[in-house]
Amino acid sequence: MKADSNLEKVLNEGHFAVTVELGPPRGTDISVIEKKAGFLRGMADAVNITDCQTAVVRMSSIATAAILARMGIEPVMQMTCRDRNRIAMQSDIMGASALGIKNMLSISGDHQSFGSQKNAKKVFDLDSIQLIGMVKRLRDEKKMLGDGDLIQGDVPMFIGAAANPFAPPEEFRALHLKKKIDAGADFIQTQGIFNIEKFREWMETVRDMGLDKRCSILAGLIPLKSAGMAKYLTDNVPGINIPDSVIKRINGVPKERAAEEGIAIICESIEQLRDIKGIAGVHIMAIEWEHKIAEIAERAKLLPRPLV
Amino acid sequence: MIKAKRKPLDEIFNMVKDYSRILCVGCGACTSVCLAGGQRETEILTQELSECFSQKGQRVEFSVFVTERQCNAEYLADIEDMVKEHDCIISTACGVGVQYLAEKYESKPVFPALNTMFIGLDRDIAFFEERCRTCGNCKLGYTGGICPVTCCAKSLLNGPCSGTNADGSCEVSRDVPCAWNKIYERLKAQNRLENILPIQPPMDWIDKGPASFIQSGYEKRYRK
Ligand code: SF4
Ligand code: SF4
Repeated sequence: MKADSNLEKVLNEGHFAVTVELGPPRGTDISVIEKKAGFLRGMADAVNITDCQTAVVRMSSIATAAILARMGIEPVMQMTCRDRNRIAMQSDIMGASALGIKNMLSISGDHQSFGSQKNAKKVFDLDSIQLIGMVKRLRDEKKMLGDGDLIQGDVPMFIGAAANPFAPPEEFRALHLKKKIDAGADFIQTQGIFNIEKFREWMETVRDMGLDKRCSILAGLIPLKSAGMAKYLTDNVPGINIPDSVIKRINGVPKERAAEEGIAIICESIEQLRDIKGIAGVHIMAIEWEHKIAEIAERAKLLPRPLV
Repeated sequence: MIKAKRKPLDEIFNMVKDYSRILCVGCGACTSVCLAGGQRETEILTQELSECFSQKGQRVEFSVFVTERQCNAEYLADIEDMVKEHDCIISTACGVGVQYLAEKYESKPVFPALNTMFIGLDRDIAFFEERCRTCGNCKLGYTGGICPVTCCAKSLLNGPCSGTNADGSCEVSRDVPCAWNKIYERLKAQNRLENILPIQPPMDWIDKGPASFIQSGYEKRYRK
């Protein structure tokens, strides 16, 4: 065991893992977190806490993750490279660990020009691969970057990374995944997958490289709420590839039944993903739709979650 | 070369509005080349400023001189006499030239007329593109001659982020190519993909306060 987190144990025991997502509030109202977390309790093995996603200021992922941990719900603290240099990162990771956070996800982070602080100075002192390496070093060697000063105590962190198989340069994405695993990623959460066939092919490449044996790959999923959302994702979110058959389905139902159809689609996708060799679980990104997770988990036969 | 852009007239006028004998010093090097601070641009600036002053009913004397290069003491010495006759200086050099003028003529107020933008290339006439952030640790050797520090909006050293758009543009703008997509394409065409497979360790950012260095071969000159 590297971190002894619930997610790590679930994966180690060979269960099909489920992670979901929770976005912190734009303020200090803890009841917002408690309400969302309430919907997610018992539905997933761990809950990703986003780190000022789309570069909009929100409560910190560390604080939100600690609140979840206190509630007995296991968080995956997301950490971007956008806002912190290596001093702040190491300090925050040690702090997170002391607060009982056992999983983290290393990502570059959306560029500041997207959000509410367009004129901010970006940091990007490390990139997401260097961040993975730094956490691994803290955990396995108890050494800080640089001269390698020893730290006191342990940093049991189960280290995650993101993958976006269908964003250009597509041919490089599996090699890039390998770099993340070489750096020390224990688990991977992918971009939302809609084109299962294409993803199956990508996983073949990943298996040929032996990568599925070296880390746990969770396929990302996004429930579609409407035809408009499908179009928005296709046009605006890099690496999202929605096949025409799916677009037709969501377009083919009356507006008020689109969400229902979206849930049916995601449940079928989960069914198909389960059969792909090398897929260790799913990561469901239901943005501001936390209350629907129970229905999805139930219908996709993901319940009950294993007690490990 | 260094690329710079003129500040809004209002901003410049505001800095100098209380002076009456103003020396405008251009630079014959980078800011001439980028059409922001050469003879022509510096003269135009003084004309526009004169108009601002006359609208306020003030009469101000302007002189213009374009130094060969404002980042070198030898050339700054050329204006010593002129400086004495004026009560402030406007520089149309880059930020370096402004600072050197201010250092050399310590008692005179020196004001910048330009915003220094970046080190870049000339894509076309008066059309510039940034290419180097002077990181002090050049990576171009393994990135196919495309700067990951400058041309990737997140200065990533190990490959692309998840934000590359389907058309190969960067997540910050459809008009900007994703540097990492280009790096991949170029290295692939040159059969050099192995260059970007090893993990690049954290960068040794040269960010330790104002830097200085002596070109190798010239060390003796400065040894005490
Ligand atoms: S890597 Fe980029 S920023 Fe650094 S010296 Fe080379 S061109 Fe300049
Ligand atoms: S899209 Fe490409 S250039 Fe833009 S930040 Fe990401 S990797 Fe860098």
